[in-house]
Amino acid sequence: MTAAPAIELRGISKAFGPVQANRAIDLVVPRGTIHGIIGENGAGKSTLMSILYGFYRPDAGQILIDGKPVAIADSQAAIRAGIGMVFQHFKLVPNFTVLENVVLGAEDGRFLRRSLARARGELKRLAAEYGLQVDPDALVEDLSVGHQQRVEILKALYRRADILILDEPTGVLTPAEADHLFRILRSLRDEGKTIILITHKLREIMQITENVSVMRRGEMVASVRTAGTGPAELAELMVGRKVLLRVEKPLARPGAPVLEVQGLRMVDAEGVERLRGIDLAIRAGEILGIAGVAGNGQTQLLEILGGYPPAGATLSGEIRLGGRPLPLAGSQGRARRRAGIGHVPEDRQAEGLIMDFTAWENMAFGYQDAPQFQRGPLMDNAALRADAMGKIARFDIRPPDPDLAAKSFSGGNQQKIVVAREVERDPDLLLVGQPTRGVDIGAIEFIHKRIVALRDAGRAVLLVSVELDEIMALADRILVMFDGRIMGERLPAEATAAELGSLMAGVEPARADAGGIAG
Amino acid sequence: MDFATLIQILDSAVRLMTPLLLACLAGLYSERAGVFDIGLEGKMLMAAFASASVAYATGSAWLGLLAGIAGAAALAGLHGLASISFRGNQLISGVAINFLASGLTVLLGQKIFGLGGRTPSLSGAARFGEITLPFAESLRPLPVIGPVYAELVSGHTILVYVAFAMVPLTWWMLYRTRFGLRLRAVGESPASVDTAGVSVIRLRFAAVMICGVLCGIAGAYLATGISAGFVKEMTAGRGFIALAALIFAKWRPWGALGATFLFGLMEAVANRFPNLDLGVVTVPSMLMNALPYILTVVILAGFVGRAIPPRAGGEPYVKER
Amino acid sequence: MERMPKWADVILTPLISLVLAFALSALLILAIGESPAEALKVVVQGALGSSYGWGFTLYYATNFIFTGLAVAVAYHAGLFNIGGEGQAAMGGLGVALVVLALPWPHWALALPAAAVGAALMGALWALVPAWLQARRGSHVVITTIMFNFIAAALLNYVLVNLLRPVGSMDPASASFPAATHLPKLSEMALALGVEWGRNTPANISFFVAVAACLLVWLLIWHTRRGYEIRAFGKSATAVRYAGISALRITVLAMLVSGALAGLMAVNNVMGEAERLVLNAVEGAGFIGIAVALMGRNHPLGVLLAALLFGFLYQGGGELALWTSIPRELIVVIQALVILFTGALDNMVRMPLERLFMALRRKGA
Repeated sequence: MTAAPAIELRGISKAFGPVQANRAIDLVVPRGTIHGIIGENGAGKSTLMSILYGFYRPDAGQILIDGKPVAIADSQAAIRAGIGMVFQHFKLVPNFTVLENVVLGAEDGRFLRRSLARARGELKRLAAEYGLQVDPDALVEDLSVGHQQRVEILKALYRRADILILDEPTGVLTPAEADHLFRILRSLRDEGKTIILITHKLREIMQITENVSVMRRGEMVASVRTAGTGPAELAELMVGRKVLLRVEKPLARPGAPVLEVQGLRMVDAEGVERLRGIDLAIRAGEILGIAGVAGNGQTQLLEILGGYPPAGATLSGEIRLGGRPLPLAGSQGRARRRAGIGHVPEDRQAEGLIMDFTAWENMAFGYQDAPQFQRGPLMDNAALRADAMGKIARFDIRPPDPDLAAKSFSGGNQQKIVVAREVERDPDLLLVGQPTRGVDIGAIEFIHKRIVALRDAGRAVLLVSVELDEIMALADRILVMFDGRIMGERLPAEATAAELGSLMAGVEPARADAGGIAG
Repeated sequence: MDFATLIQILDSAVRLMTPLLLACLAGLYSERAGVFDIGLEGKMLMAAFASASVAYATGSAWLGLLAGIAGAAALAGLHGLASISFRGNQLISGVAINFLASGLTVLLGQKIFGLGGRTPSLSGAARFGEITLPFAESLRPLPVIGPVYAELVSGHTILVYVAFAMVPLTWWMLYRTRFGLRLRAVGESPASVDTAGVSVIRLRFAAVMICGVLCGIAGAYLATGISAGFVKEMTAGRGFIALAALIFAKWRPWGALGATFLFGLMEAVANRFPNLDLGVVTVPSMLMNALPYILTVVILAGFVGRAIPPRAGGEPYVKER
Repeated sequence: MERMPKWADVILTPLISLVLAFALSALLILAIGESPAEALKVVVQGALGSSYGWGFTLYYATNFIFTGLAVAVAYHAGLFNIGGEGQAAMGGLGVALVVLALPWPHWALALPAAAVGAALMGALWALVPAWLQARRGSHVVITTIMFNFIAAALLNYVLVNLLRPVGSMDPASASFPAATHLPKLSEMALALGVEWGRNTPANISFFVAVAACLLVWLLIWHTRRGYEIRAFGKSATAVRYAGISALRITVLAMLVSGALAGLMAVNNVMGEAERLVLNAVEGAGFIGIAVALMGRNHPLGVLLAALLFGFLYQGGGELALWTSIPRELIVVIQALVILFTGALDNMVRMPLERLFMALRRKGA
């Protein structure tokens, strides 16, 4: 007789308004295994897990824990059913101690003294058992991200969770921290705990899971044994077609250097050095791709080049545009635009667009002081609209209604608004961050073509993306960033994904490239 | 200034600080739970009116107190409805509550008593009397300790002692009980509380209602303790001074005691010396009256010890998708 | 997708809020044993039934236009300026100082100078909260509340100790010279041969207020700075990306807001009282909050809402005169309008949105 699976989902469906986030999902997770759930952004992974944790009620379907149907009405019910969740964005009270965070919501009785004492003992035991060492009296806000994640795991274990769900746990971790996490997860599994790992990183799935389920557009498209599959097959399942991210582009003919960065360092307000001496140069007519795991300084590099360094940061080094040095400190966004730097920011919703503004207003965002938009002391709204209408037509933005608020467009069309605005200024240098994050396939191709066209017109492009495929397809040269440094330079034609992967993990390949820009 | 005058001023400061202290602690519960409350003034005013009316009608200060608490709690419930249930703007809700109280008290007062918004004067059991503590008289002859005990410590209404007792009680609740832990958490990071399986809405409502109860006591003290009846707009900005004191106290119970004492003392001094002659300069009473506000701005500016409000304050909680 | 059509958002929701506020007020009038219909009649008769009533209605409305615009401009920058009361009071000081400082030969010269004085003092009073918000993160709501009280104390001191004429017991400035008295609307009407609004305080400031509406509309929707103010109000992170200075926008929006509140003094201090008295603002700064909320922060909406509140204020005064309902009824109505259009907006809006969604689905 085989034991009942730890979790079984039958026909789970959930819609948010017109969006079907989950459609008739079936899932079986055997006890004592690590089960991966993989899929692109927006595939419905997080929604499914939120249902399992009682954050949402499913529209239809059944949840069985250890073979018994359970109703999970809220988080309390999920906790009672032995489910613990580690969210992508930690749910910790920053100015509470570790102990207080662990106890919150799982207190023994009305008074704290006893709860805290018991928790202290528990934490000591768990630390010894699973390698989950954290100072119980430290304030959470003083802990590193990796340690904060441990607190989240400890919270779940303190509540006697048998099933642990981790949502994109390594997105914010350094490779060393991620390895430590995986060691912890393995020892938890060996103790009989069941673990669900949600990720979009194929490497992690292959490294640690027994079984893997693939989600696409709200549906569960496959559940297989990890040993019986490979990254290529999984990737294909994820996107629903062969991953052939090939962009037709003529050979690059690089000209004179447009942007030169030398010894750029940045220490943030907390005193952490985020950039540790970046040297790079981009020439006219080339796309320089920066690959790397998110959180290794790419965001800061883009912000500094775009002229808005993080508040409280200390900068040093030199940035030259067309040979002329640019001032580093203060808010330089306006000056950078005037100097000919366009910028498609990583986060279009928080930075690139004013979501409540209309499309036509957004098409001038950042350039609202451009002379062609002024008429005497007033703004020429008619000129703004005419300009926007042209961009909407040329970029095939749908629906073609300039009066619609940005928030009413799909992700792909929102991104097209930003790209249209920045590309059509015909900048000497275009900074591009995660150009196709959360963007549909059709829009991806369109945006890629526009970036290549800009390059072919003799402009310089700095492309930052965490999608290696995108970098490989678009870039003429690739720099890999790790921990605030450039780890090495490769040409896309010569580099292999494995080689770039080890650079992204901070490992210098045995045969270091002579003459690379690596610093 | 002789010793007797000092005692008198301190005694007066204790009386004047009591409504501030109660209102300040009221605000502390609400704001520590993440619900900003600029409607302390209105809740106090409503409570003052309700307590004076019922105390007059029944002849019982205690029934008046209950009515005051009910009146303030009703407005607190409205604030909760608007800012927690319907996720409305907490500041705007507070403004509305202040006006509602200001208008309703006069409207109802005029209807019931026909005295232009006042209630008739209260006397006897309709007011909270001063309590003489044991041995107050026999200890009086002792130097220093005697007058301090007899004049300053003894001889206040029960509500004054309630207010002072609320300080350690609030501290204990906040830092030593489950409720306090959750309350502080919900003002800093409601998502943590929610994912821990605790209802954010219920916690915040509890905090807002406690705030209402304390405002109710504060209002009752104003109308049936320190004075003898309700007068139009009798809170006279005390709700806002309490708010200032809360910031001054950095949202901490013992700090609230210190801040409200300081502000009460300023008022007492301004009352006693309309033009305080410090030898070199004469401080007009207007400056003394404005000093709590000026000091609060200085504190807010962060030039002297930064005041950081609860992180989730002012934001209605919406589950993330 | 838009949840409901724009007209419903702009017109229907404030209208429903208003109806709710009036319905509750009617219940309240019933509860104190008066007839709501009778009360309404008195209010309408008193405020709009004669040119006398209109004269007062327009006078009050002028005050509320200024304070309503003040709240609206700050709101577009995402700032809640609750300090209109203090800024308007300081504006009064500005007017008094300007008018009493020089022997003005004619009101036409004194008016612009006094307006500048009022606007400067109002702006000055908003500057410190603005700077503290932008630079030190001190919440502008709290600081502006504090500044209201500080203004009251300061004015008290100035009137008692500095501006009070020798021998006077009244905490008020000297009366302004006759040459600086602003033309009343009644006088202007008479010049055109029309008998209108005799003995009412409505004066030429009303046109200044209407002009201010137009200027604010131009500023917010037709200038670069207005664009930046609105952008900042919607997204502080995006504004950083665009290179727009948060400090500059915060200070600019609050200066304009404070100046508008201060300008109110041209109406009440220069146009009506013709001297500076204690407590001249009489809560108009706070009514500006209700006016801006009701008018959806649009100058045209502010103008209409200010007229509505002017009508209520005048009518409320009449109510107290002719019935046993005190004028504080208006304060209750004002509170309910703020409550429904501001804090309980979602309560009104959510059922409406559902209704429109359902209608659309049926239509589709």
